Amino acid sequence: MIRQLFRFKGGIHPPQHKDRSTRSPIQAAWLPKQLILPLHQHIGESGEPIVAVGDHVLKGQKIARASGYVSASVHASSSGTITAIEELPIPHPSGLSASCIVIDTDGEDRWIEHGPEDIPYTEMDVSHLRNLIRTSGIVGLGGAGFPSSIKLNPAGSKIDTLILNGVECEPYITCDDMLMRERPENIIAGAKIMRHALNARQCLIAIEDNKPEAYTAMIEACKDEDIEVVQVPTLYPQGSEKQLIKVLTGKECPSNGLPFQIGIVVHNVGTAAAVHNAINLGEPLISRIVTVTGDGVAEPCNLEVLLGTPMQALLDQCGGLNSDVDRIIMGGPMMGFAMHSTEIPVIKTTNCILAATESNVTAPSDVMPCIRCGACADVCPVDLLPQQLQWYARSKEFERAQEHNLFDCIECGCCAYVCPSNIPLVHYYRYAKTEIWAQEREKEKADIARQRHEFRQSRIEREKAEKAARLAKKKAAVKKPADGEKDDKQAAIQAALDRAKAKKEAQGVEPKNIENMTPAQQKQIDDANARRQQTDTSEQES
Amino acid sequence: MLTAVLALTAIAIIFGLLLGFAAVRFKVEGDPLVDQIDAILPQTQCGQCGYPGCKPYATAIANNEADINRCPPGGETTIIALADLLGKDPIPLDAEVGEEKPKMVAIIDEETCIGCTLCIQACPVDAILGAAKQMHTIIEVECTGCELCVEPCPVDCIDMVPIKEDIFHWKWPYPEQTDEEAKL
Amino acid sequence: MIKLNTPSSPHFHGPSTVTTVMLKVMLALLPGILIYAWMFGWGVIINIVLASITALATEALMLRMRQRPVMMYLFDGSALVTAMLLALALPPLAPWWLVVIGSAFAIIFAKHLYGGLGFNPFNPAMVGYVMLLISFPREMTSWLAPLSLGEQNLSLGQSLSFVFSGSLPAGLSLDALTMATPLDSLKTELGLNKAMQEITASPIFGMLGGTGWEWINIAFLAGGLWLIHKKIISWHVPIAMLGSLALISFLFFIIKPGAYASPLFHLFSGGAILGAFFIATDPVSGATTPKGRLYFGAGVGVLTYIIRSWGGYPDAVAFSVLLMNMAAPTIDYYTRPRVFGHGGGN
Repeated sequence: MIRQLFRFKGGIHPPQHKDRSTRSPIQAAWLPKQLILPLHQHIGESGEPIVAVGDHVLKGQKIARASGYVSASVHASSSGTITAIEELPIPHPSGLSASCIVIDTDGEDRWIEHGPEDIPYTEMDVSHLRNLIRTSGIVGLGGAGFPSSIKLNPAGSKIDTLILNGVECEPYITCDDMLMRERPENIIAGAKIMRHALNARQCLIAIEDNKPEAYTAMIEACKDEDIEVVQVPTLYPQGSEKQLIKVLTGKECPSNGLPFQIGIVVHNVGTAAAVHNAINLGEPLISRIVTVTGDGVAEPCNLEVLLGTPMQALLDQCGGLNSDVDRIIMGGPMMGFAMHSTEIPVIKTTNCILAATESNVTAPSDVMPCIRCGACADVCPVDLLPQQLQWYARSKEFERAQEHNLFDCIECGCCAYVCPSNIPLVHYYRYAKTEIWAQEREKEKADIARQRHEFRQSRIEREKAEKAARLAKKKAAVKKPADGEKDDKQAAIQAALDRAKAKKEAQGVEPKNIENMTPAQQKQIDDANARRQQTDTSEQES
Repeated sequence: MLTAVLALTAIAIIFGLLLGFAAVRFKVEGDPLVDQIDAILPQTQCGQCGYPGCKPYATAIANNEADINRCPPGGETTIIALADLLGKDPIPLDAEVGEEKPKMVAIIDEETCIGCTLCIQACPVDAILGAAKQMHTIIEVECTGCELCVEPCPVDCIDMVPIKEDIFHWKWPYPEQTDEEAKL
Repeated sequence: MIKLNTPSSPHFHGPSTVTTVMLKVMLALLPGILIYAWMFGWGVIINIVLASITALATEALMLRMRQRPVMMYLFDGSALVTAMLLALALPPLAPWWLVVIGSAFAIIFAKHLYGGLGFNPFNPAMVGYVMLLISFPREMTSWLAPLSLGEQNLSLGQSLSFVFSGSLPAGLSLDALTMATPLDSLKTELGLNKAMQEITASPIFGMLGGTGWEWINIAFLAGGLWLIHKKIISWHVPIAMLGSLALISFLFFIIKPGAYASPLFHLFSGGAILGAFFIATDPVSGATTPKGRLYFGAGVGVLTYIIRSWGGYPDAVAFSVLLMNMAAPTIDYYTRPRVFGHGGGN
């Protein structure tokens, strides 16, 4: 049966340069003295370390756990001692550092106790299966590094098609090619697990027609399986998820949507093999296949590399770095990032290390003004107007750039590749994108600052008002008594007098020691009483 | 003659009514210009512009009392955005008010802090936590880097440090200009 | 430690540069030029050489005055293409100053005063041509007769002497050399209310278009098709322009064949083919979106027919192109393609 294939608009046919790294089989990379494992090797939140400096760890032991839904755990890729948890340069276009766990290997490469679960995956709860994949630290190995367990959770969408991406359309890169040639059964085993998790109706494996050996190997391995291997005509950037979906199914994934929405999931073939390792062998993701190629190394080949191995070690194993190397690219020449040093470690998304000499890459030539030839628009796989975007990015009219769908750009580099004026178009888009993100962050921060400032202003106002109100109340309270003050005082005095009088009277009614008085004494008292009586009456009269 | 006068009067009345109706029907509420300007300002509330905050500066710009180049924290981006909004030509930042600096945050040296609360009173966005005789600390994410807290501190324990660049906040640099563009 | 470069991807670049694009355009013009020269003599070559030298000199001068890297831009080929297109539009054996003024005007006013390569809103060659046509109508309309119809062939030396001093060999008058172009004579004769059959019976009308002209146009057509094949130009503009010109002339032709020329005549006598493949396809001043190019080309074709049939000039490709240049930004704005994943794709 021949499947009907579709076409996306645009695309280019750059020279392939793939044969030089496919001459020898995949070799194991040497065990390095030191492994540098960044906590951020994927899209999403960085992992959280769960080991301390000085701890001894075994191969496959989890050393950092996922710290959110979109995150991934990290495992020790060999046995040894944790010597540092610090900021070190990681593979990133900026050349900046980020948190890494450093392991000094002990040379024993001793595994932690591991193995598959007791029950086969077909009998497992699907969410448990996903969790196993999640705790194995598996992310998309094609280059983007999105945590795979999330892409195996359709969250209610009915999945029709699982596509395994073996397109590998970038020049130079051959790691998926070699994996398909040498270990097709691992890919198939992983694909079956993924298909089970997704409950997908069909499973396709897409391979470009420049990889006939891989195609034959996969066809052979799929003989007794309900999996279709599809050969697609070579065209860059066919390996891009949404473009591949269009080619295989004719469906277009919505601009800011996910393939889930149209019932499709795409995984890289390397990811499938990693899922097989995790579920059928119980091994977490601690190594991957890396293509080391370019004229900068003497013996290009594919190596199975422990994650965290410094790139320099791989270059050494491939015959050392030539002195005429111009740049070290992680990934391919179309979308890869140039590294700032060779001590940067291999991470989960490192599919290729391209030691490029000047003849391998574009010699820096003069940038001419845009002549509006439209070659960029003709090759754009997303049907953008690259030159228009470039104008807006250059003049910092970011709003207009967004109106022209800047964020639909997949940075494939086709436009810059064909540009006769040699304008670094993709660089302009990246500049504009990061600038827009920064502006959005700043806007958010400014909004919070405004809110807090306004709140503070209103609080100060309120406090002032409250203080004024309190003062006014007090004043009012002080002022009112000013009239009744005397009355109160007089009343109080009067009350005190009355009390004293009453007391006196009570005392005066029954004087003590009046018994057994002499008549003279009695006379004195009577006289005194008479006088008092007199004064009392005179007082009252006056 | 009379017909002409009548006709013109009738036209005048009709248009007058129309205009009056339009004025009522399409009345613009409030003064959105101040808010639009305020939305562009970085809300640092630093007062470097000579006004007691971003909103007063926005009001001054809206009333044509202040130039658009008096906001050092906003720098070129803000000036261009303001020029765009107001239909003016972008002008360079007024050197009098300061210069555009990298984004900073305040850090309190907690060993030295005596807990006098002066900085808390100075902070325009309530980004400093603490109480009298208690050590103070700055909520970094809320700090706008306005430097208003530095001056009042009696023991000089507040430092302004540039925000550290990391891979999550890194920006691609502007591509090197070609000869042709540099002179445009 | 080796110094590593860290530019943005892509690290690959295709073989295309501005210079290769311009060279291919010139290469595609070559067959047409050769046949043109074969039909009309040395004047064609002299025009091209004169225009090219002037264009390069003016370009260098302007680059210097504008303080741009002279060497980088001088040999990008864009000035040469402008010069060649202008020279092909001028009458062979035109006086030298006509060619020099036109070429210099195109480079100075239509190109550099707008900002140089990539910034000119109008096609420089056509601006130069139109300026000459308006300023020097007499010189611009005295065309040579195709050699097959003319009575005399001028040698290279005689041609040069005529171009620079206006002197002809003894016994030869200018009238013996010149002749109206087919489009010109069609216009004049139609103005005299002659019937179409009567007009086209004249020897200057060949099988398809004008005698001689049809072969030149076929050569330009071949060059243009090669450019499309090489993906230097897209098919949109030529197809739309020639298609619309053919369609509209066909409509009028079947309605009233006595008063309107046939579509074939319109396509193969004047500058329609050259215009469609080499002038209207100028990317800098034209529309760039695929749909926009169709509208742009169709506009040029329709305008050409309108001006040819009812306007004051016999051929009108230059005016039509300039008019559509003005509309190009608007056309581009309204013909933005649907972006992948933005609805309507499934």
